[in-house]
Amino acid sequence: MEVLAYLIPISLIMGGIGLLFFVWTVKTNQYDDPEGDARRILSGQYDDKPKQ
Amino acid sequence: MTATMRPNISACPACSAAPAAEALAETAEVKNARIALSLPTIHCSACIASVEEALNAYPGVHQARVNLTMKRASIEADADVMPDDLVQALAGIGYEAHELDAGTLSATETDKAGRDLLMRMAVAGFAAMNVMLLSVSVWSGAADATRDMFHWISALITMPVILFSGQPFYRNAWAALKHGRLNMDVPITLAIVLAVVTSLWETALSGKHAYFDAALALTFFLLAGRYLDHRTRAIARSAAEELAALEVPRAWVLRDGQEVQVPAAQVAVGDLVRVRPGGRMPVDGEITDGVSELDRSLLTGETLPVFAEPGQAVSAGEVNLTGPLTIRATAVGEETSLHRMADLVAVAESGRSRYTSLADKAAKLYAPGVHILSALSFVGWYLYTWDVRTALNIAAAVLIITCPCALGLAVPAVTTAASGRLFRRGMLIKHGTALERLAEVDTVVFDKTGTLTRGTPELTNLGDHAASDLQIAAALAAASSHPLSQAIVTACQAAGVTPAEVTEISELPGYGTQGTWQGMPVRLGRAAWVGADPRAETTAWLRIGDERPRAFSFADALRDGAEEAVQALIASGREVILISGDTTPAVEALARRLGITQWVAEALPADKVARIAQLTEQGGRVLMVGDGLNDTAALAGAHVSISPASALDAARVASDIVLLGGDLSPIADALETARKSTRRIRENFRIATVYNIIAVPLAVAGLATPLIAALAMSASSITVSLNALRVR
Repeated sequence: MEVLAYLIPISLIMGGIGLLFFVWTVKTNQYDDPEGDARRILSGQYDDKPKQ
Repeated sequence: MTATMRPNISACPACSAAPAAEALAETAEVKNARIALSLPTIHCSACIASVEEALNAYPGVHQARVNLTMKRASIEADADVMPDDLVQALAGIGYEAHELDAGTLSATETDKAGRDLLMRMAVAGFAAMNVMLLSVSVWSGAADATRDMFHWISALITMPVILFSGQPFYRNAWAALKHGRLNMDVPITLAIVLAVVTSLWETALSGKHAYFDAALALTFFLLAGRYLDHRTRAIARSAAEELAALEVPRAWVLRDGQEVQVPAAQVAVGDLVRVRPGGRMPVDGEITDGVSELDRSLLTGETLPVFAEPGQAVSAGEVNLTGPLTIRATAVGEETSLHRMADLVAVAESGRSRYTSLADKAAKLYAPGVHILSALSFVGWYLYTWDVRTALNIAAAVLIITCPCALGLAVPAVTTAASGRLFRRGMLIKHGTALERLAEVDTVVFDKTGTLTRGTPELTNLGDHAASDLQIAAALAAASSHPLSQAIVTACQAAGVTPAEVTEISELPGYGTQGTWQGMPVRLGRAAWVGADPRAETTAWLRIGDERPRAFSFADALRDGAEEAVQALIASGREVILISGDTTPAVEALARRLGITQWVAEALPADKVARIAQLTEQGGRVLMVGDGLNDTAALAGAHVSISPASALDAARVASDIVLLGGDLSPIADALETARKSTRRIRENFRIATVYNIIAVPLAVAGLATPLIAALAMSASSITVSLNALRVR
């Protein structure tokens, strides 16, 4: 059961990283136009990064 | 790639050493105008590409970006780029566009409330997943010290997260309690708090059951419901309210012989106001100078332009068609007939606020029920065991299991799916309960001018005229911007008529145009001016020399989809009524063309309201579709109302649903979707109830475990969401 001493912190840190990543996506306006972004990825033209 | 598209200043070493240059560049950018356009018809990646390409190619535009979710484009451009020109450019490639008011736009562009909810939801979600992992090992047999450690770690994660994520509920619950009321948020808050407190207590005494995962999952699911709800409303609100105002906010007042532009609110009684052709009257008044024709269709529904000469009274909102007019203001601001109409709206609207939504009805039954049930189980178990710990644990379990996860999702999940479907078809649902009210509709009342028809005339008897007559008419009409003349020009162009050689053409405002053709005087204009007998329907007359005048008659062009919409409504068994302020022959002709059997002509605004009130009294649920000021009170008084995007501001504000495109056909579909979504909402309530009927007895009997609570909660929430998706 000593393995828990590693596994639990690892799972918590990984969850935390995921959360930080999500916070970053919110802060950079990546949920403003979900429908448009879903279509743009199929467009052949080069797409600039989302507007700030 | 960003660097090549818009060179980054600090990328160049010389410039990064000169921060002043950077600051300068930034101020230059601020001076650029931001323009926002609503694009009701875009729907795919090809639309995005072609709209952006067209806008970016337009001279003076720096950057244009389309948002497909909101169906709008935001454009950064030089200050001299006019939104109207961009609208024209887009119309040229086949996209309908409307200008949005950039001032109100900036307030909603970064949706702070939505982002806040999203963040809280995400934090709750991540925490719930982590705690769930620990809980699964407890459920699968971790015991003693391991179990206690897992519980303590769960508590450590849960405490701060619950404090942060649950705030919207705590605030609402507190606000309700302060006013001595109960709402959904009171049992939610109580359940969350009780779950955390009993779990902490159990953990401290190394007990078997802790509900940390349940408290987090509950918060997560409920926040998801809130977020969906908010998102649907935010999209609708931002687009509906930002459509640029049609009313003139400014007026040109004559002061010491000079025309001065002042805000319309500053015009005083007795001021002389200039109204140019194509302009709207800013105040009520009397004409002192000039001859013209007036379009009153937005106020009264009349399509026939009215002759205007000195001494005649005019009302705010009427449009001056041909010649410049000077009017002496007799009533301004609150006193104008336009504002008196707004008072009618206020009276009519008070009736609607009485409607209680399905969610409110459910909450009213639910909140006290849950509290009583959980209090009873606490008292019962306490009397049975004389043990506060057991009794409190069971009371908490009852609260958690009955907690309205599924109820909180039942309504927003369905309305999100339904509003999304209608938005894709070009309809904006402005009001939260509009869908539910729309589903009950059994009578549909249409306005004529501007709603079923476009409000622009269309030549109907082109075939009756000789080619030479048409050529002369086309030449005379081309010299005027009067709507009837424009209609003749359009019809002649479509028929391939080349205008005749007419010389010395001049326009007499209010009468018509005249000229000389092969030495003979020719006139195109009003009946009295060319010496013909006036007719009831809209007619312009052409006289060549001394010959008998020839009549050009006009009908209002039908709006796209008007026929389909009316036919689909009649086919679905609903009563369709046409009420218009226009003349009897015009209304009768349109009613016959569309197959509407019940119609009322020459109706005043008050008549429309009275008729709708009468229908409502007879037990009807009325949907009103209208666009003019004369419809505004009726729109507010009806059970539910729809107005097109071209409607006056006041009409759009008074209606629950705004049609973004010019097409009317989505109306019938909207009624169908509304009916379907109300059915789904009721189904969702039933599903949630069934889960409760199974799980609650277990909880009251003290048999519920955190595992059962988690299963019941997740299963019911997921079923409810999946059921809602069927509306799409």
